[in-house]
Amino acid sequence: MSGSDLLISYSDEQAMLHETATNLLAKRCTFEALRQWMETPEGYSQELWRETAELGWLGIAIPEAYGGYGLGAPELVSVMEPMGRYLYPSPFLASTLGAQLLLWAGTEDQKRSWLPDIAKGQILITVALMEADGSWEPHHVKDRAIPLGDGYELTGTKHFVLDGQNTDLLIAAFDLQGELSLFLLEPHEVSKLKKDPENLIDLSRRSCRICFDGLKVPGSALMTRDALHPLRKLHRLAWVLLSAEMAGGAEGVFQLTLDYLKVRTQFGRPIGGFQALKHPIVNIMIAIENARALVYHSATVFDGPEKEAETAARMAKAHTSDTYAYAVNRAIQFHGAIGYTWECNAHLFFRRAQWAQYAFGDAIHHRRHLAELLLD
Amino acid sequence: MFVQETPELREFRAEVANWLRENKPRPPKFRLPMSFLEVGTDEQFQYLRDWQQKLYEAGYLGMAWPREYGGYGKPQIYQDIANEEMAKARVPFVINVIGLSWAGPAVLRMGTEKQKRRYIKKILTAEEIWCQGFSEPDYGSDLASLKTTARREGDRYIINGHKIWTTLATYAKHMILLARTDPEAPKYRGLSFFLCPMDLPGIEIRPITKMTGELGFNEVIFDDVSIPADTLVGQEGQGWLVAVTTLAYERGAIGGQAGGHPSQILTASDVVELAREARRDGRPAIEDPLIRDELVKFLIMERTIELNRKRLYIEKLLTPGRPQVLRFMSKLFHSEYIQGLSELAVRIQGAYAGLFAGDPCALADGIWQRSYMNSFGFTIGGGTSEIQRNILGERILGLAKG
Repeated sequence: MSGSDLLISYSDEQAMLHETATNLLAKRCTFEALRQWMETPEGYSQELWRETAELGWLGIAIPEAYGGYGLGAPELVSVMEPMGRYLYPSPFLASTLGAQLLLWAGTEDQKRSWLPDIAKGQILITVALMEADGSWEPHHVKDRAIPLGDGYELTGTKHFVLDGQNTDLLIAAFDLQGELSLFLLEPHEVSKLKKDPENLIDLSRRSCRICFDGLKVPGSALMTRDALHPLRKLHRLAWVLLSAEMAGGAEGVFQLTLDYLKVRTQFGRPIGGFQALKHPIVNIMIAIENARALVYHSATVFDGPEKEAETAARMAKAHTSDTYAYAVNRAIQFHGAIGYTWECNAHLFFRRAQWAQYAFGDAIHHRRHLAELLLD
Repeated sequence: MFVQETPELREFRAEVANWLRENKPRPPKFRLPMSFLEVGTDEQFQYLRDWQQKLYEAGYLGMAWPREYGGYGKPQIYQDIANEEMAKARVPFVINVIGLSWAGPAVLRMGTEKQKRRYIKKILTAEEIWCQGFSEPDYGSDLASLKTTARREGDRYIINGHKIWTTLATYAKHMILLARTDPEAPKYRGLSFFLCPMDLPGIEIRPITKMTGELGFNEVIFDDVSIPADTLVGQEGQGWLVAVTTLAYERGAIGGQAGGHPSQILTASDVVELAREARRDGRPAIEDPLIRDELVKFLIMERTIELNRKRLYIEKLLTPGRPQVLRFMSKLFHSEYIQGLSELAVRIQGAYAGLFAGDPCALADGIWQRSYMNSFGFTIGGGTSEIQRNILGERILGLAKG
């Protein structure tokens, strides 16, 4: 694709959302608050969650017919970037992924029943897609659903279920007689499941393993027996959203480091004057500029032709993963010994980067797929 | 705000593409240089000068420069589109880059009315080639310490000193010259900026051979060279300010260049094609997983360059707190990208990597080996990558000076 065909756009709506999110989260997500929230079982502030719900963030990409605003990936990205910038912990990613998958693959009844409450932030939803082998490929689903009377019996264990311990609704992928299928589990079913919280490197996130253990669900729980396309699209959305979060996070840790390079003195001068530190911080800034270009490009083309959208999203995820990883590594090193203390805030970013870069495919994974898309 | 071209601009794009298709010159029998930095023979020079003149006459150079000085007085977007189409069509580069991209914009911004009328049009037509007299043998990155002197005598200045790395000096009609007018003043305040004629007695030009064996840059020695005082740009003693602004044009940190590209167009897609052709260990290089990973990294970088160029038009999408960074980083990122890409292209060739241009078995006529070697011209010239990182760290990020 030549340069003039590449699309990147930014609407007034996006700019407004970005500004609102930046202002709100800069004020509320102080490091002190973040450290308090990460000690709680749910891992986030329900009060701030309700405020963001009132601002309409949870309905951004839900169609108006189901109580949302009918916007899309570009607007989601515009709030995700500040969320990453200020380390805002919340089930926003889980809820957004769940809602969109419900929208793309759910039955009309399921959508009508749940999307309006999800859009209001009153019901939490998440997705359970990954299994013990840790494959990032959407079609690598081995857990089976077995027809039983009017319904189904669900077997196996899902891993890395984002906000699984917080959720009301759950969409899970199963092999149903050889077909990749999705099921929607309602609150009374979700409450019966055994949820085993995972001990994450990112203290501001929650996820768990969920054992289905022969749970029986009614026939109405089945969303689709043809889940490959919606699941591929869902992964694509996750790449774009995580890339936005990581671009924001990289900016946050970059600013933290930059401030330190200006105030910390050694040998009688600010350490930022030393090129051994100055040049890498400039490299990080350049990588962030490139990250922002790729993120907003991937959001712009999200609903366009699939190959184009997939290429852009994978490029964004590959590049922002590497960028954030590099930025947090240098942040700790450049803070010196204080940098690897519990007290220094650098590790809050470090932990987020370590989690996010490996969620939904790391840089190596995406470059391997990009090679297939672009070289073969 | 959506970056979408109006029907008028789309039509213009098609018109340019069409003109370029019909007027792209045939490849010459001799080997063309990789960029304006390595023009070494008269036939290369003539071929490239003719091409630039043709481009100008067609209306695709100086599109956004004022009409009264020889430009076409259109909005910048027209030139940007023409530039994109020129790159896409892989037409030859423009030869008078120093005039088109930095001496010219500097004169337009800081020169006198008389200077604008005297110099600008002939920059566009390539009738008068420009060179740059900044670096000296002992003063490169520490440019402001330079020692070449300009001594005022009535309505003349007398120049004495030694300039080096002067690209195109043998073909140039004028030089942008930075010289010391006040040896007593602090180093940044004692400099002045001149538009020095090159055909004067006392100027000696000595070509320097590059590591590829090509010519292109020179030493220029001034021995009591007398130049008119009205070649001064700005006030006497303000030369550093003029020079820094000129360098900002050179690096693309400020827009306003006349257009065209400065070197042969090489893309990551070219290297992908090379990887299909080249073989490693008995298989096409493109099947090697490590080569594939590297290729994708460069395809991503190439895309960021294109996207950032578009982002310049979306003011609200520039990063808060450092809206100017995209332009300030462009020379650094682009020159290192080309260097890395060229190095990869050589590495892909396996056993053939060691063949140079001229060997009948060299892949792509050894263009990547040449490109890799010549790429240092862009990571060093115009301020080294290391100096660029200092500038970004200090001017954009506010870090202490080293």
